[in-house]
Amino acid sequence: MANMNPKKVPMPEQPADVRNKNFEEVTLGYTPEMAIEEAKRCLNCKHKPCISGCPVQVKIPEFIALVAEGKFLEAAAKIKETSALPAVCGRVCPQETQCEEICVRGIKGEAVAIGRLERFVADYARESGEEKIIKPVPNGHKVAVIGAGPAGLTCAGDLAQLGYAVTVFEALHTAGGVLMYGIPEFRLPKEIVQKEIDTLKELGVTFVLNFVVGRSETIDELFEDGYEAVFIGSGAGLPSFMGVPGENANGVYSANEYLTRINLMKAYEKDAETPIQHAHKIAIVGGGNVAMDAARCAKRMGAEEVYIVYRRSEAELPARLEEIDHAKEEGIIFKFLTAPLEVLTDEEYNVTGLRCQQMELGEPDASGRRRPVPVEGSEFTIELDCVIPAIGTSPNPLIRTTTPGLDTNRKGCIVADDEHGITSKEGVFAGGDAVTGAATVILAMGAGKRAAAAMDEYIRSKQ
Amino acid sequence: MYQILKKKTLNVNTKLMVIDAPHVARKAEPGQFIILRVDEDGERIPLTIAEYDRAKGTVTIIFQEVGATTQALGMLNEGDCLCDFVGPLGRESELEGLKKVAVVGGGLGCAIAYPQAKKLHEMGCEVDLIAGFRSKDLIILADEMKAASTNLYIVTDDGSNGRKALVTQVLQELIDAGNQYDAVIAIGPMIMMKFVCETTRPYGIKTVVSMNTIMVDGTGMCGCCRLTVGGETKFACVDGPDFDGHLVDFDSSMRRAAMYKAQEKAAVERREAHCNLYKKEVE
Repeated sequence: MANMNPKKVPMPEQPADVRNKNFEEVTLGYTPEMAIEEAKRCLNCKHKPCISGCPVQVKIPEFIALVAEGKFLEAAAKIKETSALPAVCGRVCPQETQCEEICVRGIKGEAVAIGRLERFVADYARESGEEKIIKPVPNGHKVAVIGAGPAGLTCAGDLAQLGYAVTVFEALHTAGGVLMYGIPEFRLPKEIVQKEIDTLKELGVTFVLNFVVGRSETIDELFEDGYEAVFIGSGAGLPSFMGVPGENANGVYSANEYLTRINLMKAYEKDAETPIQHAHKIAIVGGGNVAMDAARCAKRMGAEEVYIVYRRSEAELPARLEEIDHAKEEGIIFKFLTAPLEVLTDEEYNVTGLRCQQMELGEPDASGRRRPVPVEGSEFTIELDCVIPAIGTSPNPLIRTTTPGLDTNRKGCIVADDEHGITSKEGVFAGGDAVTGAATVILAMGAGKRAAAAMDEYIRSKQ
Repeated sequence: MYQILKKKTLNVNTKLMVIDAPHVARKAEPGQFIILRVDEDGERIPLTIAEYDRAKGTVTIIFQEVGATTQALGMLNEGDCLCDFVGPLGRESELEGLKKVAVVGGGLGCAIAYPQAKKLHEMGCEVDLIAGFRSKDLIILADEMKAASTNLYIVTDDGSNGRKALVTQVLQELIDAGNQYDAVIAIGPMIMMKFVCETTRPYGIKTVVSMNTIMVDGTGMCGCCRLTVGGETKFACVDGPDFDGHLVDFDSSMRRAAMYKAQEKAAVERREAHCNLYKKEVE
């Protein structure tokens, strides 16, 4: 008998005024009882819209039916059939605009909490230690994956399952990409990411860290080394700045730098070797998930006032609703319809404030959102000692400038077809942010997955 | 792991290490740098490549023990391994086609100026190498620099080794004497590079500087190393580290370089408190 409660079983979380002072995970996950209760809300409807909403086509109703029966390990295995990183996706996917958006239960009430169930199942399986990894039979072919972020990890996992000898090349000293350097510990514990990477290693994937493709070796040289196909999942790592005066001042960090210092280099730990400035009043410019992450980190680092400065209104915020709600609960101050004009500094070039301008919404622009227009004579100053632009990133030029025959568009993104990740260069496939520009973890994973299938087809067609 | 094959003390606080890093050695060129971490909890620091041997797969680094990380690095010995060593990063110096060049090195900057002088010298370019140090006991690479230059001028701030002068005075004299340089390459403290640029500016001599900014990832990801060049924001790690010195805004870069002074001092004190050996080594 289905559970007809119109609301999701709530997920326990740390109280806002406790968690905004620590880096431990905010949400605590379902208990087995909660998971079974929530799983019973799924009607197992005939046309299964949820699956089509998932970029990696997780067999959602099937795994949920197993959860409802208490068969958690079987449920985990079902998800693993199509998704390499369920513990990650269950935490950071925007389910509300994907699987859950088109859930039948969402028509009258709340959708089934697919994301929370996925997380529960993945955590349960990991903690039970009973996940069995069956090493695939080698097929004798060698492939290279550039970048150990979500796209690369997914692509590597799928190819390893097919028997390929996969080598992942990573520029940083740690695999995981944005899952390690970008998304904070309190939203995605690094231990969980590490476990997913260890699972890939057990599958036979080789990780070569501290290796910058384009500098250490070019893609053409990888082919000379015997790799038969190459997947580029190097992401969009180059931060954009605002283009306003004073933004190279001391105390202006790109969100990438701020988050990298905190997450990858552990600057939040006392006595960390990598320094960070402990600011008192911080403004984050931008309204996406990265901006929310930076703001919530700033609060946890001890800042008394943390602002989100966003030039459009609340309705246009690109961040996930859950992240916005969490940020508000934790005391982040939102300044909507506010655009930065200039970073103000003292004689030593330290940040003292941000001069801003009030905006109002005009006609819709190319993105379909209403364009912010300055209000005459509305300038004002926020006193600050730190400013963090979180206004987007673009792909790193290293690969495109060292790979002849690889077409890129005017934004520097690699041109690749969405269905297979095929690029203009033979044997080279690409996906994730390196192709789309900054997007989400799950879209990158979907691209990595589709490219893996296309690479398999490409290599088999050559025989 | 990246093993230390050779360690040599160059002066009281400057050391040379030869590291086993075939991937880096294979592609390294003058002007490029590496990023290393001493241990698992360590910070990432950039160091310019001083020399490389493709056949042996080794890369030489020269560093001054000024911060917690370089002090920890200096404590390691031959046979020990570095946790991480990545490169070559940055763009190589553009040296093609130069016929007569003045290479100016200041202090530790000579370790970076040296490979450039060496490559130019090998290419048949006439190299006037001007090296400045605070005093005689801080002089490094004197023999190497001599071998890599047509004329070598070593000067000190205190006159403890022959002539007492600033590198800019020597450069000015060489220009006044009628030397026609295709380029001046200046590597050293930012303040020195700034004044070398001011010396050459009136003559319109192309002047290239190597910007040793603070970095985290060194691959274009964080933007920490940004500087203003000709009014535009550039990243030292991917756009440089070499830039047209006449376009660099040195004043803002010098202020950025001082950003973590207080924290650096605290980190050194923390390490010293942990281990008495550090004190001995440094003294």
